[in-house]
Order: sequence, then structure tokens, then C-alpha cells
Amino acid sequence: MGKTHVKLTVNGREVEGLAEPRTLLIHFLRDELELTGPHIGCDTSHCGACTVDLNGKSIKSCTIFAVQASGAEITTIEGISGADGTLHALQDAFKEHHGLQCGFCTPGMITRAYRLLQDNPNPSEEEIRFGISGNLCRCTGYQNIVKAIQTAARELSAPKEAAE
Amino acid sequence: MNEQTPTPSERAEKLQGLGSSRKRVEDARFTQGKGNYIDDMKLPGMLFGDFVRSIYGHARITSINKEAALALPGVLAVITVEDLKPLKLDYMPTLAGDVQAVLAGDKVLFQGQEVAFVVAEDRYIAADAVELVEVEYQELPALVDPFKAMEPEAPVLREDIKDKTEGAHGPRKNPNHIFTWEAGDAEATETALDQAEVVAKELISYQRCHPCPLETCGCVASMDKVNGKLTVWGTFQAPHAVRTVASLITNIPEHKIRIVSPDIGGGFGNKVGVYPGYICAIVASIVTGAPVKWIEDRIENLSATAFARDYHMKGEIGATRDGKITALRCYAIADHGAFDACADPTKFPAGFFSIFTGSYDIPAAFLSVDGVYTNKAPGGVAYRCSFRVTEASYFIERMIDVLARELNMDPAELRMKNFIKKEQFPYTSATGWEYDSGDYQTAMDKALQAVDYTGLRTEQKANREAFERGETRKLMGVGVAFFTEIVGAGPVKNCDILGLGMFDSCEIRIHPTGSAIARLGTISQGQGHATTFAQILASEIGIAAENITVEEGDTDTAPYGLGTYGSRSTPVAGAAAAMAGRKIRAKAQMIAAYLLEVHDNDLEWEVDRFVVKGAPERFKTMTELAFAAYNQAIPGIEPGLEAVSYYDPPNMTYPFGAYICVVDIDVDTGVTEIRRFYALDDCGTRINPMIIEGQVHGGLTEALAIAMGQEITYDELGNVQGASLLDYFMPTAVETPHWETDSTVTPSPHHPIGAKGVGESPNVGGVSAISNAVNDAFAHLGLKHTAMPHDHWRVWKTAQKLGLTG
Amino acid sequence: MIPGQFDYHRPASVSQAIGLLAEFGENARIVAGGHSLIPMMKLRMATPDHLVDIQDIPELKGVREDAGALVIGALVTQTELIASELLAEKCPILRETALQIADPQVRNAGTIGGNVANGDPGNDMPAVMQALAATYDIAGPNGARQVAARDFYEAAFLTALKDGEILTSIRIAAPAAGHGYAYQKQKRKIGDYATAAAAVILEMSVGTCSSASLALTNVGDTPLYAAAASQALVGTALDETAIGNAVAAAKDITDPAADSRGPKDFRTYVAGVMVKRAIETARSRATA
Repeated sequence: MGKTHVKLTVNGREVEGLAEPRTLLIHFLRDELELTGPHIGCDTSHCGACTVDLNGKSIKSCTIFAVQASGAEITTIEGISGADGTLHALQDAFKEHHGLQCGFCTPGMITRAYRLLQDNPNPSEEEIRFGISGNLCRCTGYQNIVKAIQTAARELSAPKEAAE
Repeated sequence: MNEQTPTPSERAEKLQGLGSSRKRVEDARFTQGKGNYIDDMKLPGMLFGDFVRSIYGHARITSINKEAALALPGVLAVITVEDLKPLKLDYMPTLAGDVQAVLAGDKVLFQGQEVAFVVAEDRYIAADAVELVEVEYQELPALVDPFKAMEPEAPVLREDIKDKTEGAHGPRKNPNHIFTWEAGDAEATETALDQAEVVAKELISYQRCHPCPLETCGCVASMDKVNGKLTVWGTFQAPHAVRTVASLITNIPEHKIRIVSPDIGGGFGNKVGVYPGYICAIVASIVTGAPVKWIEDRIENLSATAFARDYHMKGEIGATRDGKITALRCYAIADHGAFDACADPTKFPAGFFSIFTGSYDIPAAFLSVDGVYTNKAPGGVAYRCSFRVTEASYFIERMIDVLARELNMDPAELRMKNFIKKEQFPYTSATGWEYDSGDYQTAMDKALQAVDYTGLRTEQKANREAFERGETRKLMGVGVAFFTEIVGAGPVKNCDILGLGMFDSCEIRIHPTGSAIARLGTISQGQGHATTFAQILASEIGIAAENITVEEGDTDTAPYGLGTYGSRSTPVAGAAAAMAGRKIRAKAQMIAAYLLEVHDNDLEWEVDRFVVKGAPERFKTMTELAFAAYNQAIPGIEPGLEAVSYYDPPNMTYPFGAYICVVDIDVDTGVTEIRRFYALDDCGTRINPMIIEGQVHGGLTEALAIAMGQEITYDELGNVQGASLLDYFMPTAVETPHWETDSTVTPSPHHPIGAKGVGESPNVGGVSAISNAVNDAFAHLGLKHTAMPHDHWRVWKTAQKLGLTG
Repeated sequence: MIPGQFDYHRPASVSQAIGLLAEFGENARIVAGGHSLIPMMKLRMATPDHLVDIQDIPELKGVREDAGALVIGALVTQTELIASELLAEKCPILRETALQIADPQVRNAGTIGGNVANGDPGNDMPAVMQALAATYDIAGPNGARQVAARDFYEAAFLTALKDGEILTSIRIAAPAAGHGYAYQKQKRKIGDYATAAAAVILEMSVGTCSSASLALTNVGDTPLYAAAASQALVGTALDETAIGNAVAAAKDITDPAADSRGPKDFRTYVAGVMVKRAIETARSRATA
């Protein structure tokens, strides 16, 4: 039961490492790659604090082995802002609308919202609430998170409209 | 020059001081995944600890075999009670004057209790080793019903103290009894109840629940053997208190201990206590010479670190037939679990439960609380509330509704009839609390108008008629709650924890170029202290909030304070900040007088500067004064510009609010929807309205969780039920309704800036409002009281008992 | 929560996968989406020595039509099921059900094969498959075979799937155009298993129910095909009496566990309510 080779593209960078087959992706990201943005909140795939983007889909990285993800493209909260450090519209909007307090759920929440807005650039409040229902927040009561995602959605679709 | 100077109000706005909805300085790191939480820490050579836990609720340990675990490559140690005894660390003092087993000795007393601590090179090996430790048990009958704890045939749980007849809070009546605590006038209350025209009685239970912050508890302990210094980073809501306790138990001198709270992923009371994990990590670091990390998982969190509530309150409320309350009495059983690790100020084993007269002018009141041991996890922390205030508020708010049914009176009207009136403040309650300020009637009127209360009752009448005719299977309920919190513990004369007075502190250093750093004895767990404390200071010292760094949580640098819980940060540390700011300003004024060659008294403070009275063109800004403090030799004045304040509040603060909740209940499924929730909070002076609103949203969501589902139960064998997020109710965005917020402002007369604290109010008021709404839906059918949590099956049972489910 | 050690295998074909299962016997487990197995492994309630990850097997993917039947590969995720226009058109109950399972992230990982194959009575799809009279394609060391969903479930976590076999796809004869359908589920919160749930497929012909098929979730130790309840509807106008008879017949076969979702009597009652509401919704959706 030796270690297995794991090769991933994380936040646009190819990374390789050795991991036991049983190494959970969340631990591989946090402990091996030192990407400590995604967190562990529940261990049972209920809270979504560990949410990352895997091949264009949001997943809970506490319930997948790193080796299962081998070959995949992964985006974590650390890869959401621009290469030049410009914040993503969601990151600005969460601050602007007080969409976070303790910050522990925030990376997972923003990573989830990032994918939600790509799947559905103009979601209704109900669609947002349903779309983030795999992410628990203990602090905000979600109201300001919803507001932040709505604002970011407008922000992200605005330049396109202007260009047309 | 002068005409270009911005006006005072423009300058004030730039400061982003009191009243500004300033955006949070914390958010940049959190939104980019750059927070620094405890499990993010990595030190060279760091080891991992993990617990072997009891599988039984009550059992004798007959043997522990650690050989197989020790033989596993990568395992460095397996610590058991035998290793702790020589260090006198087998038991640790609790905050409540009891002791708690760090690792179980002869017996385990709750399922999930810590039995052995495995130390390994990584968390995977540690988990493997936990499986290899062989523990043999002899099961004993479990005691899970607190009402049975006092019965003579009840099993004796705490053999370590079974012969102790005197507890930390007076005599113990039997081996499972912890304390009896009384408040009020028993005789006067007895007489008033005897004479009352109407007496309503009810058993009000507040179920055991758990604060369940999204981040669990954990720490990294590192004993540096070269200089003999122990550093512990961890999820501590009260780092200084942890340092003192750690010093007392380990005998390491306090100056050789450094406690650091990094970013904390929510606390809500769960992170106030000192847990066996912290002690074991420290011991493991001492034993191995390497840093040791311990992080609990969610199941461990819900089943072993501090729970909340578990109060069972028998109430009697007396009134005249026209609704004037004359007396209130409560007998409560408090289930503290296996050890009394309740987090309350020393003199208050039932916390501030004696605030149970609520917002009402009740002439006679008496309460008696018995704390008991059961085979459950220890704790009893204030889950987003001040010590036992939520229990008290829930009790009175339910009792008022029960009385209203008895009197056939509208519950809002009954409340207004009995409010403490504005002119009665400061008001001393029948149990001796001095309420600082309030204007309840105004708040209630505003709330009732905002929701069109009369209209809601009319609609409800129509709904009930339609239900009667079989046109709908939904019942509408309207819940009214009016709460008064008691926060900001507290005056040192009354309040201490383990002998440490509950003051708090702030230290400010102004840098030569006019920016500043402030350090406080509190610690944010999401409240945004780095943002709001800077705002308090900005208004006091005229330096823009963005130029003030706020630091907390490192005991080597921060001044001593008692930490953040019980909504005490703003009332106590916020006051310390204001007072320290005023000391800075006083010194700055002397410097300004010297520079402007006038007498101190000839200067007046204007936003960010001292101005010569009557000569507005002659002034010195705080920036100029800061520089002068470091480069001018001023006769009679020391160089530098620093101040420290240790603030001992003269009284608690008493925030209050009026909450109204409207629910629709599907009687066939028990599904209860919150159609509308309106929350009016009066927390005195509002420092940052944006943050206040956020706190209210969050507190209401926790109230929803508690009222509608959160519950930690035990079966009769002592097995803990529902201790994972599959069962434990954490509302998602779908279950959470839209919250409406509102406010009135009644400043605290004794707080330097009039602020009262708000973080916990919505939990205190929210639970009552929701529960009252559910009860109200069935009130016309004769229901007096149905117990929380109002999950689907319990609501359905209520409907079934009333004959509604065919 | 840390799983025990195992060896990892990622076969590229069903035959390779079957070969691995044959080689390692009961010490091997198949993993697809992992949302049932991995939590059990983290609790060390499942400790396989070998994990056979079937994600790279192309035969197990995709939704297609085959001789009038809808064929859903075992690896199709709940999200893909929701997105399938073919299924939305021909068999919309699947989308309706999938949307009530777990949450977006879990639906992105969780597969239909895992949901129907692992025998968890809390899973939603098995009852739906019973209502749809689906059959499961199974591959094993002795070749392929088919088992009807109504015959597949034996007890909690015990199914007709034998050691060494893999459920490869699900075959559904598409319900007639204009059929009525509903999956009515009561749960405590997002992500929860049903307190009780009911799946209904029915057809109406000039005001009369010409066929009906009802099944229940999480009110017994297997999904429950409610034959008598289904029968109670056929030939009626789905009037109150008929629905009442179906509800009574459905409640008769339930035997829910008492758990934190509620006591037996409550869950049985709710099963009846779900049946009633599912029939009413299905009736309103049926077009003939």
C-alpha cells in the first residue's frame, strides 16, 4: 500500500506529488500543496467549506481521494483572482455587502458562487439560494451572501453588455 | 490655506468613525483564502494528536493496551491517565469550580470522553493508531434524564467527588447534585402567587444543543525546551484566561507561556472552555519535544466539546385578571453533563438566569436552580448569548404567552401592559439587576406598526375560519417576543472567572507619522473587531480608522483581558478603547497647548485637531501632535504618545428588542415556514450599522436553527444521537428566510460611547419569537405550550394531539 | 475522520473492473462518485483493501435511447441527469427526483449507478426506478444479466448484486407521452434523506386512470413498490375515494424506522401524505 503518483493542474499550474491512495483531496491541497484556502468543516460532505472546482464543476474535496482527481484541473479560492492580483468581482462584492464574518466558509462559498455564475450568469434569488445550498455559513444568515452574488453577477455581465 | 481645509463634517466622514458602515479590513484575506486558522498552521517537525474516545456513556475501564498502537511505524506516544497522574494533570480545573478528567481514569462518564491521546507523525497515522489502542470496558447503567439525577436510586457518576458534601457553590444534596442556586424573595413570591387572581403554570424545556461553529476546536502546542517557553496557538475565545489556567495547571510560570488565537472560524461559546485536547497537546509536546497539533473532527466537536442550554424550567406566573403580572417563580433543573464545565462568572453557577423577569415590571420573583450531573458531555456554554440569558428570556417569553392564553388576552397587549416604563430606568428588578436604560414601549409600537400587527391578527382569524371550513390545511401563527439581554460582564465586584476580574483592556500607540496600533484583550471570531474598534478610536483620537491597526489574541503583546463571549467586547473592551483614546487625547491636548502657546483650557477638540477657542485658524491636527510627541522636548511632558486603559464597567448593559415572526404550518407534515421575520434591535449607540445588521442576520439564523431543529439527545444507554451534520440542523440558504431588521437607539448612560453590544441579542430574542409563533398557530385550539425544537415530527405530534390529523 | 489504507485501481473497461473484483474478492469495493462509500470509509465502517475506481470506463457513461428504451449509464451523475434534455422530455420524474437529492456539489459527484446499486433505503432513485419498472444491466464474471428494480432490493444495503458484479446501466421503457408523474419528498433540510417520499407514474385515458405505478422511499428497509396502492388507482377517476384507498394501501406496507426524522407513526403518516400529493400532482400533469 505504497504511495501513488498524483498529477493535477491546480490554479493553472501543473503539480505533481506522491500521496497514499487514501489521501483525501482536501488534505493533499492543504497539507501537500499548502493551499489552505479550502477548509474542513464537517468531514461528511455537508458543509461545503472544502469546495473546489474540478474540471469545471464544484465538488467537495473532503469526499474524494486525491488519486481519484489525478489528471484533473482544479481551481481553488487561491486561483480565482486575476494573475495580476486583481480581485474577482465576487471577492469585491462579498466585502462590499458584508457577505462574510468569520471567513471560514468564505473560500468554499466564493468558489461555489464562481461556478454558479458561470453555469447561470443571471440567477434569481431563489436560484442563488438553491445553488449555494451545499455551503453552510454559521455567521451571515446568507442574506448578504445572496446580495453579494447578485451584485457580482451584474458586475460580470455588465462589461459584456457594454461591448455589444 | 484655510478655505481649502475640509469642513469638520467632511473630515469626520473621512475618519470612518462611529456610525460609519465601514467595510471590513478583515475581508481581504478571507475572500482570497489567506486567512490563518489553526489547522492552516504548519511548523517544522509538527506531530499530530488524536483521541481514543469512550464508546460507552458510562463504563468502568478495565484495561488499556497500547502496544499495538505503539508498534505502528510513525507513532511516537500513546498517552493515558497513568502518564498524566505523575504530572498531576489527570484532572484539570473547570471554569465552574469543578474538575474535569483530562483522560479518563477508572471510569468513562460520557460517550466520546477522552480515554487516550495518540501522537504520530501525521494525522493519518494517528487515526490508524487510535484504531489499534485496545480499551476494555465494563458497562454501567447510564443516567441521561436530569430529573432522575437527584433520585436516591440513581447511579453515582462522579466517584472522584462522591463524598464531597460541599461543592463550589454550596452544599451538595446527593452525589449527582452540583449546586442549588437561588435568587429573589421566596416568601414574597409565595404570598404574591397565593394572592394572584390568575396563576399559569408550565414546564418550559430548552433542549441541549451545540454552538457548532463551522471551524471545530483545535490547537498547536509547542514547548521550546531551549528557553523553556510554551507556545499554544488555538481556537481560544479567551486567550489570556487560557494562559493563566495553563500556568496554574502546569506550573509553568505565566511569563513562559504564550497563547495565541489566530483567525477563529466562529465560536458562539464553543471556544470559551479549556478542553482535554489542549492539555494533551501540551503534554505531548513536552514529552516529544516537537510541536503537536490537535484538531477535532465534527463528530468529536458535537459530542465532546461544550454543549449549550439543557435547562428544564417549571414556571408559575401570577397576575390580576386584567393582566398585571404580580409574581413569577421558576424551579429549574440544569443538566451539566459529566463535569461541571459550565462557563459562567464564578459567583453565578446559573449564569445571569435571574434576569428571568425579562422586560417586565414584576414585583415579586423567585427562582431556584439545581445543577446535576448526567452521563453526557460537559459544557453549558452561552451559545451566542450572555450566560444563561437565552434560557431566561425564553422562559419568560413563553410564560407570558402561556399567561396570555389563560387570560384570553393578546400577547402583545399583555407585554405592553407590564413593560418597565421609560421613566423607571435605571430600574432595579426583583432579583436585583439594575437595568441601565430602555424605552420598550417605543420599540414595541414601532415593531407592531411595521408588521401591521392588527392586520396580521385579522388575517389569522380568517385563516382559522378557513381551516375550520376545510379550505386549507395550513395554520398561521404570529409570534411576538420582547427581550432584554444583560451583557458586558462585567463589573469586577460581581464578575470573575477563576478569580480573574472581568474587566477588559486596550493599549494604543500612536506612531510619529500619525498612524496607530491598538491592542485589546478580546478576540474576534468573525465580529470584525479590527474594523469596529478602529472606528471607536477614530472618533476618539481623530485618526482615520484605516490608519489604525487593531491586534488581538497574542498574550505576549496584547494587554490582559477576559476575551470575547457574552457580547462583552463592545461593552467592555470597546469602552476600554474609548477610555484609552481619551487618555491619548488628553496628552495631545497638552502638547497642542505648548505648541500653540495657549493654556490647555483654551483649546477645544474638533474631529481630528485641537483648535484655539475663538481662533479657528490656529490649530494642531492629531498628525502634527503625534509627530511633536516624538520630536519636541516639551517641559513636563514625557516623549511618545501611548495609553492603556483597563476598563471595569460600572454595570452591565441591557440591549433589548422587539421581534415578530409569522409562520405557516402544514398540519399534515409538520412543515413550518417562516413567512416573515421582523427584528427591531436597540443596542444603544450604533458603531457600524452594516456589521450590526450582519450580526442580527447571523444571530437570527442561529435562532432559527435552535428553535426548529438543533438538538443533541442521548438514548437510554447514553449513546449520543445526531452528532454529525447529517442530523444536526444547520440551515442552508434554502431553509433560511429573509430577515427584516430595524432599530431604535437608547444609549447606555454608563458606557463611554453609549454602546450596548448586539451580537447575541438576535439569538436571545429570535428563539422566543419563532417558538411563540409555532405555539400561537395552535393557541385557538387550546394549546398552552409545545416544546422545542419545532421540527416536523414534533409539530405534527402537536397537531395530532389536537385532533387535526384525522 | 480518516479512512484506512487501501490499494487503488483505475480500470479502463468493465471487463478489467470485473477482473479486479474477481481477483480481490470481498476485499474490493467499487467507487464511482464516492458519496456513500467515502464517508463510510472515513468512519471506518467500510475498510476495503482495494478500491476499484470506475470513472475511466467509457461504457458506463452517457444517456441514450436504445430500441425505445432509455439507457442511463451507471456513471451518469445526478447533475448530468438533470441536464439531459432527452430524459427531461421522455422521463421528467428523473430530473424532478435528482433535484431533490443532496446539494449541487454532491450531485456533481454522485452517480445514478451508485444511488440505485448500494441498497441504502434512504436513496431516492430506487423507488423511482421501481415506479418506472426499470431494469438494471449487470455485468459479472459469468456474463451479463438483467434484474428488475422491483426485484433488486432485498434488505438494507443488501441487493441482488452478487460479489464481483457491477451495475453497468439502467434501462427504462419510456412512459407514454402525456403521462403524469411526481416525486414528492419530505426532508428536514437540503442534503437530508427523506422522512418519507413517494414516486408516482400514471396515465389517464378520457378521465380514467389507465395505469399507475407507485413506490416509496425510506419507509422500510428497502424501497417499496406499492402494488396494491397502484392497483387501487387503475380504473378510477383518481377521485378522493380512490386516492384515499391508495394512501391506505401504501401506508399498509410501510415499516419505517424511528429515527431523528421522527417516530414510526409520523413517518407512516407522512408517507401517506406524500402519496396523496404525488398522485394529485401526477394527475394534474397527465394530459389525457
